[in-house]
Amino acid sequence: MTRARGVLLVRIAGLSAAVLLLELLCRTGVVNPMTILPPSDMLTAMLDLLSAGDLNDGMMQTFSTIAIAFVLAIALGTAAGAVIHRIPRLRAVLDPLLASYYSIPTFIFYPLLVALFALGKTPLVILGMMSATPAVIISTLAGLDSVPQVLLKLARAQRLGRLRTLGWIILPQCLPRLFSGFKLALSYALIGVIAGEFLLSGTGLGYAISFAYQSFDNRAMYGAMLFVLLAAITANGLLFVWEDRLARRRMKQ
Amino acid sequence: MSTPPDPHVVMEGVVRRYDGPPPVHALGPIDLSLARGEFFSVVGPSGCGKSTLMDVLCGLATPTAGTVRFEGRALHGEVPDGIGVVFQEDASLAWLSVRQNIAFGLRLSRLPAREITERVEHAIAFMGLRAFADHYPAQLSGGMRQRVCIARTLVLRPRLILLDEPFGALDQQTRLLMGDELLRLWRETNATILLITHALDEAAMLSDRVGVVSARPGRFIDLVETGWPRERDSRIVSDPRFGAITARLWSSLRTESLKTMGVVT
Amino acid sequence: MSDIALPSAAARRPSASRTRLLDATILLLVLLALWQAIASWTHGIAVAAPVTSMLYLATLATQAGFWCHVEATMSAFLLAFLLSAIAGLLLGLALGLWRFAGDVWEPVLAGFYTIPKVTLYPVVLLIFGLSVSAKVAFGVMHGLVPVTLLTLSAIRNLSPTLLRTARVLRLPPSRTIAWILVPACLPDIIAGLRIGFSLSLLGVLIGEMFSSQRGLGFLLVSGMAQHNVPLSTAIVLLLVLIAIAGNTGMLHLGKRITHRSSR
Repeated sequence: MTRARGVLLVRIAGLSAAVLLLELLCRTGVVNPMTILPPSDMLTAMLDLLSAGDLNDGMMQTFSTIAIAFVLAIALGTAAGAVIHRIPRLRAVLDPLLASYYSIPTFIFYPLLVALFALGKTPLVILGMMSATPAVIISTLAGLDSVPQVLLKLARAQRLGRLRTLGWIILPQCLPRLFSGFKLALSYALIGVIAGEFLLSGTGLGYAISFAYQSFDNRAMYGAMLFVLLAAITANGLLFVWEDRLARRRMKQ
Repeated sequence: MSTPPDPHVVMEGVVRRYDGPPPVHALGPIDLSLARGEFFSVVGPSGCGKSTLMDVLCGLATPTAGTVRFEGRALHGEVPDGIGVVFQEDASLAWLSVRQNIAFGLRLSRLPAREITERVEHAIAFMGLRAFADHYPAQLSGGMRQRVCIARTLVLRPRLILLDEPFGALDQQTRLLMGDELLRLWRETNATILLITHALDEAAMLSDRVGVVSARPGRFIDLVETGWPRERDSRIVSDPRFGAITARLWSSLRTESLKTMGVVT
Repeated sequence: MSDIALPSAAARRPSASRTRLLDATILLLVLLALWQAIASWTHGIAVAAPVTSMLYLATLATQAGFWCHVEATMSAFLLAFLLSAIAGLLLGLALGLWRFAGDVWEPVLAGFYTIPKVTLYPVVLLIFGLSVSAKVAFGVMHGLVPVTLLTLSAIRNLSPTLLRTARVLRLPPSRTIAWILVPACLPDIIAGLRIGFSLSLLGVLIGEMFSSQRGLGFLLVSGMAQHNVPLSTAIVLLLVLIAIAGNTGMLHLGKRITHRSSR
């Protein structure tokens, strides 16, 4: 276990060193402090914004939009994946589409979505869903593929019936892959929503950043930016740890 | 082949075909009658339909022609109560511990919790899994996982147990020991056992009767009675009759195996 | 079930590919119909109809100004991709070969993947100013990570048996890399390049959409601002076609280079 600990320590040390270096370069004026704030200033800016409650509205907007997009993407994606898996011909025709889906920058549809639904939550949720749903579909398909035939025979030999086979055998077997799809869905939904808010929106954290930039308010901009980045890292990190816990039992020790 | 007065399982004129394309005549016609409490092995070249025979026997597959009767009642496309199946591939559930895997067999039963625990603990002890009861399948070897699957079938107290090459992936020494375990299981449960194996010595040593299946489409070409006493174990290999039985099995099987390999005889 | 050998698929092949072609055509028609439906339903206010968009695109193609924008995007994108590819390969190689460094930095890179990088764009603008370099830098920010991560994992997953074979054959390090390492890693490296391709395009486009006076991303946004719906739809169509063509092209290139019919 010492190697793992050593790796962790070096990582923390490396990241801290990078932050310290940036701090130093900013303070000594090597890096123009008008361009990049020293990290300590970024931190205080963020804390100021939080304590003043300036980010509260944005947080509510953004987090709720992401949550809605995430839940809808999971529901739609799992259902669609299950249906597609059952119909081989449909799967054969959709496979190339799914494989190349993420090569298309879905972001380019955002202006069209805004024109369709007017500025507000709807185009953002749809953008988030457009980014997240295919990942869920792909991982659902992979999960269903990963159920070995012998387990389905076992279910029949034990006379489980269709519903129980789904709940007692298929679902637990698929869970690891499903979960990794959910992880991706969260990260894509988050990126999609915030990018949308940044580009074209009147509310939300993404908008807060772009507004601050355009108002030449560097402090507010960096403060909001730091908050968004930390929120993203935390959300994804939590899912990552959770997934690791779930997977531990199934892996060889 | 004389039909015993009250056979446990009867297959009459069973044929299994697949539509394809191209159409495949996989099995049959097969006639088989198993007495209660009999230990019957099936040997044959690969691809001859042994697994199909087992699937049809327990109701996992419907025969294209012919009937299968278990305890006097005909099978109708689903597995009846009282039959336990151990598959060739690993069917242990990765997300459950050994204990939970074994208890899985009883999830549907309406037995009281105390009885379930009793049966599960008995199966764990019987299969020698006490030290691993709380481990997960990923932490066990192939042979142990197969033992878990056998234990899971055990708790159901089946009257007919079907095993499809359960020891296929194991080394020879482990196979011999597992064979002894299987005999112990047989004597303790008094179940009828049908074992599919490609190992002639295993069939010869464990069974009351051995059926030799031809190359595809599989049909019984020989039925050998071993005449072993009920109390037996792997040391029976030193009995002089063992060699004769194995030799007879091989002489029936050799031509069929060559046919499967594509060698014209 | 090892008992039944699968009937040969050769007999099925001609009709199977015809079915696939038919299904693909049906899918295409369904998508076009949906597009048309949305366009008609919104009376062309949000989305232009398929035919209108394609005609508009054709008209655009005759205008020299349009090609200036295409050139702006393509040159920025290709530069970004090239930089991502080279830097990503070198970084991935280094992190893959030096185990410890790889273990330390891989999660950091993977974490970077999940961050909404668009929020960092103002920083890029502040550093590079409103210039082409900002777009290129942003494209590299997007494209570098997948190339690095996939190269890293390709090298990590090299079977030790291959390396032992190289030693038994007494190959010098340069030959080991050229004859064994690179061919073995090639499929994953190409997959990484393919993803990097799409992502650096995305990065450049986002840069243009937010702050640029030239390029396809700019055309898209200005089309929205001027309520020129056929323009925006045509640009979206063009970008989708470019993305799919690029991705499919790289897929085929990958298959040709690695001579593997199935993966």
